Amino acid sequence: MTVIEQAGAYRPAPPPAWRPLCDPAPLLPEEEPHRLLGTGAELDEGLLVRLYEQVVLGRRFNEQATALTKQGRLAVYPSSAGQEAAQVGAALALGERDWLFPSYRDTLAAVARGLDPVAVLSLLRGDWHSGYDPKAARVAPLCTPLATQLPHAVGLAHAARLKGDDVVALAMVGDGGTSEGDFHEALNFASVWRAPVVFLVQNNGFAISVPLAKQSAAPSLAHKAVGYGLRGRLVDGNDAPAVLEVLTESVERAREGGGPTLVEAVTYRLEAHTNADDATRYRSGSEVSAWREHDPLALLERELGARGLLDGAGARVAADAEEAAERMASGLRERMREEPELDPAALFDHVFADGTAQLREQSAQLRAELAAAAEDGGTGDGSAEPLKDGGAREREGA
Amino acid sequence: MSTATSGASPAAAARQDAQRPYAGGESGSTGGVDAPGGEQRSAARSRKPATMAQALNRALHDALAEDPDVLVLGEDVGTLGGVFRVTDGLAAQFGAERCADTPLAEAGILGTAVGMAMYGMRPVVEMQFDAFAYPAFEQLVSHVARMRNRTRGALPMPITVRVPYGGGIGGVEHHSDSSEAYYMATPGLHVVTPATVEDAYGLLRESIASDDPVIFLEPKRLYWGRSADWSPERPAPVPGIGRAAVRRSGTSATLITYGPSVPVCLAAAEAAREDGLELEVVDLRSLVPFDEETVTASVRRTGRAVVVHESAGFAGPGAELAARVSERCFHYLEAPVLRVAGFDIPYPPPMLERHHLPDVERVLDAVARLQWESDWVPEDGTVGGGSTVGVAGRGRGGAR
Repeated sequence: MTVIEQAGAYRPAPPPAWRPLCDPAPLLPEEEPHRLLGTGAELDEGLLVRLYEQVVLGRRFNEQATALTKQGRLAVYPSSAGQEAAQVGAALALGERDWLFPSYRDTLAAVARGLDPVAVLSLLRGDWHSGYDPKAARVAPLCTPLATQLPHAVGLAHAARLKGDDVVALAMVGDGGTSEGDFHEALNFASVWRAPVVFLVQNNGFAISVPLAKQSAAPSLAHKAVGYGLRGRLVDGNDAPAVLEVLTESVERAREGGGPTLVEAVTYRLEAHTNADDATRYRSGSEVSAWREHDPLALLERELGARGLLDGAGARVAADAEEAAERMASGLRERMREEPELDPAALFDHVFADGTAQLREQSAQLRAELAAAAEDGGTGDGSAEPLKDGGAREREGA
Repeated sequence: MSTATSGASPAAAARQDAQRPYAGGESGSTGGVDAPGGEQRSAARSRKPATMAQALNRALHDALAEDPDVLVLGEDVGTLGGVFRVTDGLAAQFGAERCADTPLAEAGILGTAVGMAMYGMRPVVEMQFDAFAYPAFEQLVSHVARMRNRTRGALPMPITVRVPYGGGIGGVEHHSDSSEAYYMATPGLHVVTPATVEDAYGLLRESIASDDPVIFLEPKRLYWGRSADWSPERPAPVPGIGRAAVRRSGTSATLITYGPSVPVCLAAAEAAREDGLELEVVDLRSLVPFDEETVTASVRRTGRAVVVHESAGFAGPGAELAARVSERCFHYLEAPVLRVAGFDIPYPPPMLERHHLPDVERVLDAVARLQWESDWVPEDGTVGGGSTVGVAGRGRGGAR
C-alpha cells in the first residue's frame, strides 16, 4: 500500500506559505479605451474650450519645432503631433507641487506645464543637455534613455512621502519603453512601496519603426499593471477630456495613498520618429489617414462644433485659439533665431561640486586654446564649424 | 541575483588569513560570509579590536543618526543586516524605511535612489556583490554621473554606492570581481576604496557627506581585518576624499596601490627590507579624484614605481596610473613603471584564484625587474639597455 492509498494520510492542500497577495480583478483595465468625446457624456464646456486651446497651441508648437529643425535651429525634433491630448492631459492633471518626468518626445507636456519653450528645447537645440531648473519647474530633465526616468519618479515620490509631503510624480513612457527592464523595475518598486506615482504610457503605435505587435504580446499595455499588483487604466489617448479625467483620478488616488496606477493612452504618432526618420518605409498612408480622422484636434473640433462652442454667434473660440498659437509660434521663431550663448569653459563647471586637479588642468588647457583662438581672430566662442556641419546637425539623436 | 552562493570555505578563510590584512594585529575572522554579524557581537563582549565591517557599520549608523535625509537601500540590508553584516542593527534602530530592504533589482535600487536624491535625500545604496552591480550600470553612467552636469548644478547626486569588491574570499563565480576600472572610466563619479579600518569609517562618512556620487568599493577580504587603533567610541576623521596616504616610507621604489592590495604591498615591503630595499607604499584611498601630488612626490624621490592591483591589467587602473607617473616623473625615473595586476582573464574559480591574485612574490619579482643594475640588459640581449640606466640618477640616492 502506498502512502497515498492509506486512509487519511494524504490531504491535498496548497503549499503552506502560499496565499494570493491581492485580488487581481479590481486592477484590470477597461475592456475598451475609455472615451468621452462623441459619447454624449456630460462635459464641462469651459474645460472643453480650455483643452481645445491647449491642443491647438500644442499642434502649433509641434509644427513650429519641426520647422525649426528644417532651418537648422534644432539638432533634432521628435514630434508629438497626434499625441497632443495626452501631452496636455499629463500637464493639466498635476498640481503645482507635483513632478512630471518626461521623455524626449514629451517637450509639449513640459511646455503645457508652464515651462519656457526655448528652455525646454535646449536639449534638442544642443546648447545644453537641459535648459531649465528641474527643481523650480518640478519637471525632471527630458530623458533620452527610454524608461530610465521611471525609477526616478518612483524614488522621488517615495522620498516625498517619507518627508510627509503629498507630492505625486507622473512619469511618461512610450509603447517601446515598456519593453525596457527599467519599466518593469519601476512598476514593481512603485507597487511594493505603494509610491504615489502615475505611469502614463503613450502607446503611439511605433518604437521608431517597430510596431506594437513586435513589442508586446500582452492583451494591452495597461494589463501589464496587474502582474505588479497595481491598477491599469486604458484610455483613448486622443480624447483630451477622457485622458485628463483618467489621469486626474489616478493622480488624486495616488495622493490619497491609494497607490500607483499605470495608464495606457492609445494614440498615434502622426509624424515620423524624428525629422531624420522616413515613416513611409514601415507604415502605409491609409493607416495614417485613418488616424488623422481620429486626431485629438479633430475630435475636439467636432465636439465643440456640435455644441456650438466654436465660432459664430459671437463666439471666437477657434479664431482666438489660432491667434494665441500663432503668437506663441512667432515668439518661439524669433527667440530661436538668436544664437544661444555658449560658454565652453562651463563644460567643467558642473561635473562635480568642486573640480578635481585633473579637471582644473583640462579646463585651463581649454581656456588657453580659446584665448589663442581669439587672438588669431577666431570667434573664441567654441562654436567650431565642423560640429555645426557634420556633427550636431546631422546626428539622429533622440 | 543570488544572495547565498558566496559562503567562504575553510580553505578560503585560511588563504584569507594568509593575506594578513593590514589593519589588525589579529587576522580576520575564520567565519564565512555569513559569520561576521555574530562575530561582531562577540567582539563587543570580548573587546577585540574592531573590524572593517564594524567600522563601516558605525559609519552608516552615525550618518543615519546625524542626518535625517540619509537612508540605506539594498538587498537584505534590513532584517538580515546585509550578507556581510555591514548594515547589522540599522533597521532595528532607524526603522525599515531608513534602512530598507528593496526588491531584488539593482537598476531599480539605484534608479529610485536617483529620484530620492532629486528630492533632497542622501541615499546610501548597497550593491550586494561587485558583479551584481552591473544591472545598475545604465543608471550609474547615464544619470548618477551626469545629472549634476546635465542640470548645471540644479540636481546634485549625493549618492553613495557601496560595492563589496575583489577576490580572496573563496567566492564562486560573480562574487570576486574588481570592477573599479569601469567606474574610473565614467566622468562624474568619485571612486573611493579603504584599506584600513580607520579609513573605512572616515572615508565612508566623507562619501556620504559628499554632494557628489561616490562609488565606495569595500575590499571583501579586508572586512574582517582589525585595528587596535580604532574603536567605535573614538571614530577618527580622515582628510577629505582625494588624498592618498603613504603607508610606509621608503627610498628605493614606490609601490602604488589601493584597497585589497595594500596589505600585500606592505608585506612585500617588509620582505624587501631583508634584501636591503626600502619600499615606499602609497595607498591611493581614492582613485577618482586621483592624488597626483602625493604619488608624483613619492616617485620623484624614489625614481622607481610599481602599480599593484587585483583587477585586470590591460586598460586597468594601472594603465592610467603608470601613464600619469611617466608623464610627471619621466626625468626622475630610472626604470619603466611596472604593473602587477590580475591576469586578463575572467575571474577564476575559487580553487584557482590564488594563481590570479597579485601576491608578495609577484610584487617582489616586479621590484626586482626595476633595472637595479647599471649594466642591466634584457634577457635576450637584443637591446643594449644598459647604457642609459643609472645616468639620470637625480631622483633618489642609494641605487645599487
